[in-house]
Amino acid sequence: MLATLADWLGGCCLVAGALLSLVAGIGVLRFPDTLSRMHAATKPQTLGVLLLVAGVALRLRTSADLAMVGLVAVFQLATAPVAAQMIGRAAYRSGRVDRALLDVDELQ
Amino acid sequence: MSRDGTTATTETGAPGPAGRWRDRLVAFGWLVLLWNLLWGEFTWGNLLAGALVAGAVLLFFPLPPVTFGGRLRPRALLVFLLRFAGELITASVHVSRIAVRPGYLPRSAILAVRLRVRTDLNLALTAEVVSLVPGTLIIDVDREAGVLYVHVLDVHGPSDLTAGRDRILAVERRIVRAIGTAAEVRLVEAAAVEKGTPP
Repeated sequence: MLATLADWLGGCCLVAGALLSLVAGIGVLRFPDTLSRMHAATKPQTLGVLLLVAGVALRLRTSADLAMVGLVAVFQLATAPVAAQMIGRAAYRSGRVDRALLDVDELQ
Repeated sequence: MSRDGTTATTETGAPGPAGRWRDRLVAFGWLVLLWNLLWGEFTWGNLLAGALVAGAVLLFFPLPPVTFGGRLRPRALLVFLLRFAGELITASVHVSRIAVRPGYLPRSAILAVRLRVRTDLNLALTAEVVSLVPGTLIIDVDREAGVLYVHVLDVHGPSDLTAGRDRILAVERRIVRAIGTAAEVRLVEAAAVEKGTPP
């Protein structure tokens, strides 16, 4: 009974995580400039991976797998913003910013 | 640490030798644990190999001294984690909606936000969290001045700019409340009262 419930919950998490990752991909493709694209690459993408990881954990349910899956979640949370920041900074410093789309720029 | 409760709050942290050794020990323990988790089981071999790898990492890639000088407050930490989870979900829905809306061109802005607590730990944590909560993304950091340069997505007017700024300062406040020293907490609380924002 409990196992079935966990399986179903895990399945839902997997589908939701996959959809979010898909939307993140669409966002990266469709947003007008690099900085906006990084928004898509951090938020829906991170939540997508976390949901996928939760789904996997709910279906596998062994301690070794749970530890590994927990590590994936921790490193995803820690590294996604750093990667986005590095790319964003590189894009800004090399002038790949669409000024027509910026209301204010206090970094100048 | 003796720094807790003293008046000096914004120095970047120069812990004594004892603090440095404690930090190294914590890092060592974490690396050994990580190694064992990656292999999926705790065996004597894994512990030994983990100790060797951790020692090598700490020896060849020494970290700058970032010491945790505050104390953990479980309730504030819980508030922070719950708000973080909630905001991560809101942020994802927000960005997803913009991503799939046909023919919509989001405008954005780059803001400079000065943090009130200038320790490296606070700067790093706030920068990480800000990138994952609604509408904001870190582009650059001025470590000396404690200023974060933040890209705000989907701006419609000046009100969105102030909202973005307030959101970043609120993130900082929640982090300091959860792990900061008593003096740092007083600092952010005072700033909140001054600005008239609700806690």
